[in-house]
Amino acid sequence: MDIGVSLYEGERTRLGGIDLDKDAAVIARWTQDPVYLHRTGAEPVRPLAAGQVKKKLEAQAKEAQEGRRRFDFALRLKDDGRLIGLAALEGVEWSHGNAWLRLALGEPADRGHGYGGEALRLLLRYGFYELNLFRLTAECGQDNPGGLRFLERHGFTREVCRRQALYRAGQRWDDYCLGLLRAEWEARS
Amino acid sequence: MTQELLRGERVRLAAPDPDQGAEQVAGWHRDSEYSRLLDSDPARPVGVREVTDWLGGEPKPTSFNFWIRTLADDRLIGFGGLWLHHWTHRDAWLGIGIGERADWGQGYGTDAVRVLVRFGFLELGLHRVSLSVFGYNPRAQRAYAKAGFVAEGRIRQLLARDGQRWDEVVMGILYADWLRTQAPAPG
Repeated sequence: MDIGVSLYEGERTRLGGIDLDKDAAVIARWTQDPVYLHRTGAEPVRPLAAGQVKKKLEAQAKEAQEGRRRFDFALRLKDDGRLIGLAALEGVEWSHGNAWLRLALGEPADRGHGYGGEALRLLLRYGFYELNLFRLTAECGQDNPGGLRFLERHGFTREVCRRQALYRAGQRWDDYCLGLLRAEWEARS
Repeated sequence: MTQELLRGERVRLAAPDPDQGAEQVAGWHRDSEYSRLLDSDPARPVGVREVTDWLGGEPKPTSFNFWIRTLADDRLIGFGGLWLHHWTHRDAWLGIGIGERADWGQGYGTDAVRVLVRFGFLELGLHRVSLSVFGYNPRAQRAYAKAGFVAEGRIRQLLARDGQRWDEVVMGILYADWLRTQAPAPG
């Protein structure tokens, strides 16, 4: 491990802070896409205006400041700085060394280029070697088979299958918990 | 049926009245084992004021909190609840705690879980109920299994306590499965 190697810089992407003013409008556009919303949470689909997104981001930032239990990142392309996704380690339980990982790319056109893989590798190093967590947990619905494959390809194991726990698009879907232990991640990297 | 909604064979679900019992609930938390069986937050002593703050105010439409009281002598012995993240999925998380050590292992918890599950299905219209239970709490795992819950997986080594790592077991019960275990209505 080299302390000089940036925690934030991937090959083509970088993790950075969220710009409340500029990013809110971009994220608001993403919320017009039900698939994006389904992948980022269990809330029913609700497109948001830029002002509403900004309020949410402000609340998140306040929570991060006060509780130190969440770490939010904007994912940007290095060449032009364009915002392409959001990532977070949240619900940190310091005494147990666990956090929940979230990662989503906003535009369908930005998926499938390996940006997510770069971002995930950065998040894992941040979680295990900066926050010193023991394990990371991710949630993914059966309606997102690409997401399940993505997490498994990067070392996550399916641990829990809550049967029929999600209702979307007129159907019931299982909800999976996937986990990656620091020791497993170290053995792979 | 409607009258029986909040009553089991040995306990009933009552209003979580902070004016009657906050002191007792705070007292339960002096027993660190109670806190460590209840949730994953670091155990710490809790003041009466904190308990009244938990329970005070308007109840959230997605939270159903109850005191658990004995039918025999109306004694407050624990609390339980159902909590939904979002109505659309009709999936609630169940939690329960029996406070006094003398009341552990007497079947009160199993009875209360049955009443909570029935309430979730018959009143809230849930599709399923979820819960999590710690690897070092086999008594609770048995009680939940008795009430019809099935283990759906283990979050490996999630918890660190007393110098060891422990799994968290996630369990669930589906309405359709629960319904088959209920006696058919008379007539």
